[in-house]
Amino acid sequence: MTDQTAENPVIAIRRPSRLREFWASNIAYSFRRNPVAIVSMAIFLLITGVAFCAPLIAPFDPYDPAQIDILNSEYPPFWVYGALPEFSLGTDDQGRDLLSTILYGTRLSIIIGVCAVAVQAFLGISIGLISGYVGGRTDSVLMRLADIQLSFSTLMVAIIFLALTQALFGSEIFSRYAVVFLIAVIGVAEWPQYARTVRATVLAEKKKEYVDSARVLGFGPGRIMLRHILPNSLSPIFVISTVQVANAIISEASLSFLGLGMPPSQPSLGSLISSGFDYILSGSWWITVIPGAVLVTLVLVINLLGDWTRDVLNPKLYKG
Amino acid sequence: MTLLSVRDLTVKFGTRGTPVTALHGISFDVARGERVGVVGESGAGKSITGFALMNLLSRPGYIDSGEILFEGKDVTKMSDREIRRLRGNRMAMIFQDPMVTLNPVLTIGQQMIETLRAHRRLSYDDARQISLVKLKEVYIPSPEARLDQYPHELSGGMRQRIVIAIALLLDPQLIIADEPTTALDVTIQADIMELLLEMCRSNMVGLMLITHDLGVVSQVTERTLVMYAGRIIESGKTRAIINDPQHPYTQGLINALPQQTPPGTRLRQIPGSMPTLSTMPPGCPFNPRCELATDVCRARMPEITQFGEVQVACHEVKRLHAELAELEGAQ
Amino acid sequence: MFAYLVKRLLQAIAVMLAISLIAFAIQGNLGDPLRELLGQSVSEEVRQQLREDLGLNDPFLVQYWRFLGSALQGDLGTSYFFKEPALEVILKKLPATMELVFGATIIIIGLSVPLGIYTAIRPNSILSRAIMAISIIGISIPVFLTAILMIYFFSVELGWMPSFGRGETVHIIGSWDTNFLTVDGWAHIIMPSIALSSIMLPMFIRLIRAEMMEVMQSEYVRFARAKGIAPGRIYFVHALKNTLLPVITVGGVQIGTMVAYTILTETVFSWPGMGSMFLEAVNRVDTPLIVAYLIVVGFIFVVTNTIVDLIYGLVNPTVKLARMGA
Repeated sequence: MTDQTAENPVIAIRRPSRLREFWASNIAYSFRRNPVAIVSMAIFLLITGVAFCAPLIAPFDPYDPAQIDILNSEYPPFWVYGALPEFSLGTDDQGRDLLSTILYGTRLSIIIGVCAVAVQAFLGISIGLISGYVGGRTDSVLMRLADIQLSFSTLMVAIIFLALTQALFGSEIFSRYAVVFLIAVIGVAEWPQYARTVRATVLAEKKKEYVDSARVLGFGPGRIMLRHILPNSLSPIFVISTVQVANAIISEASLSFLGLGMPPSQPSLGSLISSGFDYILSGSWWITVIPGAVLVTLVLVINLLGDWTRDVLNPKLYKG
Repeated sequence: MTLLSVRDLTVKFGTRGTPVTALHGISFDVARGERVGVVGESGAGKSITGFALMNLLSRPGYIDSGEILFEGKDVTKMSDREIRRLRGNRMAMIFQDPMVTLNPVLTIGQQMIETLRAHRRLSYDDARQISLVKLKEVYIPSPEARLDQYPHELSGGMRQRIVIAIALLLDPQLIIADEPTTALDVTIQADIMELLLEMCRSNMVGLMLITHDLGVVSQVTERTLVMYAGRIIESGKTRAIINDPQHPYTQGLINALPQQTPPGTRLRQIPGSMPTLSTMPPGCPFNPRCELATDVCRARMPEITQFGEVQVACHEVKRLHAELAELEGAQ
Repeated sequence: MFAYLVKRLLQAIAVMLAISLIAFAIQGNLGDPLRELLGQSVSEEVRQQLREDLGLNDPFLVQYWRFLGSALQGDLGTSYFFKEPALEVILKKLPATMELVFGATIIIIGLSVPLGIYTAIRPNSILSRAIMAISIIGISIPVFLTAILMIYFFSVELGWMPSFGRGETVHIIGSWDTNFLTVDGWAHIIMPSIALSSIMLPMFIRLIRAEMMEVMQSEYVRFARAKGIAPGRIYFVHALKNTLLPVITVGGVQIGTMVAYTILTETVFSWPGMGSMFLEAVNRVDTPLIVAYLIVVGFIFVVTNTIVDLIYGLVNPTVKLARMGA
């Protein structure tokens, strides 16, 4: 492949690389001119990058009991009097290094958030495509289901579902599979957001001539939906996804705070804040406030990026 | 007597810092009770002209320079309060699509009465009585019941009649009608147009009819402005323009009418399409589509010149008239 | 209007039946009622006898029918922990939660409508930009974190505000004690109410602003301006009513989220409402109480959603007539 382009320099010059094409596009242009978007993106990449390199850069392993000494508990961060030099952000109630625990916890929060949104998107897009393309009875049944699902708040459904699972299985088994439960419940509860928007674009695109011509050419419904209609709903899907990741991270944190999510032995940001809450009255604010600040920063930059993509792509989102 | 006098009106749209010009210093007059048609393709600046007259341009459009003298006062220099006293009162507007013009959550009565009470000190009952009279004037059946109905309960044609009634409520001097029949069924377009004509005649109201339909213009108006790419390229008595168009673009428009084409032959079209605001060619904006275009046309914008009953902005028309005059002089 | 009402009520009953079925299925599978009644040291024969007496060996539908019958008479079982009828336990806790929700709703409606309208009308003013900046930060802070931070600053550091409980209340009627009649009661309810409204308020400001800006672009608002209507009337009569239609729909959905947030808020502030009671019941596997909570919360959802739909029908002239078949 590379040889061919080298032999044919005319084509190589005329066709700019994908990257260059993207750089020259409208999206990139508005990105470069928007300092808020640039800073948000930088912070987002920094947090995710650092969180995913946690095993490499964290000074301690918070999952390794051998490295935890209860006698080290509640040391403050370095700028407060009485700090220990090896624990730069202090320690939590169990004597774990707070910096390492936050790094691992952030990684968990991001993984759960992104995976839950992936589940939502998969369910929602499939149902939306089918509902819009097939139409008729299937469509009305699926959309009625979406209405009912939406009228019960996600968080409420998640709390009840997780509370019952915990009561049913006991907290030991529950905490072993907490990640799966969280992804599943947050993923399943929010599919209507995607389904409605995708359905709306399918209905709009279905009327257009290129779909008819694809059908005349003998392409099956699967191919028409995935190759022709779906690409047209990508920008609203993208806009929804950013906001949904932010919401999923908040939901996960809220559930973990209630003790219905990640256990203290394997804390996400939410469970870390939760464990610190008991100590805030005694003055050990850092166990709550530092992971809280990380959580808020993470969600805030995702929301800011979401607002920016909404302004740039300006999609027609489904409104109830 | 001049009711409205527009001089060198320039409208710009500010997008991404560098504004583009939508109206290039247009000038025209409307006399009291006169009916003027504004024709041109979509994007020629017809609607922008209409909205600019009432200072109702939506962002990012704005009046850059020029004068709009209405009853001797410059609209562009009026305060918000002064201009509000003008709108709906001395100068009224009829919008294109009656399905979206009326507020869906207010009754017809509320929308009529509020207009009256915005301009005159009237009791609610008096305002209701006046509204009722106006509804009768525009031939709305059972007007009493209509007042308490919501727009969605009425048909498109009925709604446009109501919009016309609202425009006439305060006996304005000028009505600006922006494609008032385009959104309606073909079967009722003629009815509405006839109603509009009748109302303007009987009330001595000036009308600015914005349309792309030359047929309607020839039936309703006394004078016509032909617009192209934000400029008036030909204007004058409607009869003169229809019967003897001067500008190559106007000729093209009239030749493209189905009535002008013998049955069984192809419709004649003007080749190409109108330039967009950001791709304006140098010189005359029509030159890329014009069969007569010369190097002068590609270099310089022609100025408007009077020829008999019409005013035309075209280098070639000017040259031809000059040659004609020379020939006559030689004889 | 009447047909619409009947249709809406039938729908509400159907949803309630579905909820009760789920609740009943939970009751049958979660925990062992015999152990709660008898303890461990009872012979197998006695157990079987009691199973028979309690009707636990009957077919599922028969048991469900019995459950439904007693539920309709207000009998949702007896709490294992409190040894009292579960419904009574919840109804005792209900006023505390309702007052909290009431406080938060007042804050949300009272602030989001004026701020949303203002930021839509003057999108470029410094104040609007500040409101929008605070709003996006607001929706990024989880409710429980807002609550914790408020306790840390105003109770622990500054010592201005009480950090837990309802404080001094005044008895009104039945199990309803109110916070709103004493200074101490106000002091206790202010922080939880703010915390409960902390995500919803910025969300509604953003929603109202977005809808209002869209409506202001509409042809009918332009026509109203062309009629010479004063800006005040355009904003509050022409635009606001159309803005509120979608806001009401979203508001209905958000009531459910609000109930979920009460669980978080009540946990942080040790507020003696039904949210914190529910979490305790879960930890104690107090099945009748869990089931009763589900049914009460489901009931609140259905009632509020029905009311919201009816309000929507009253505000929106197109809905009312379409459903009446006119």
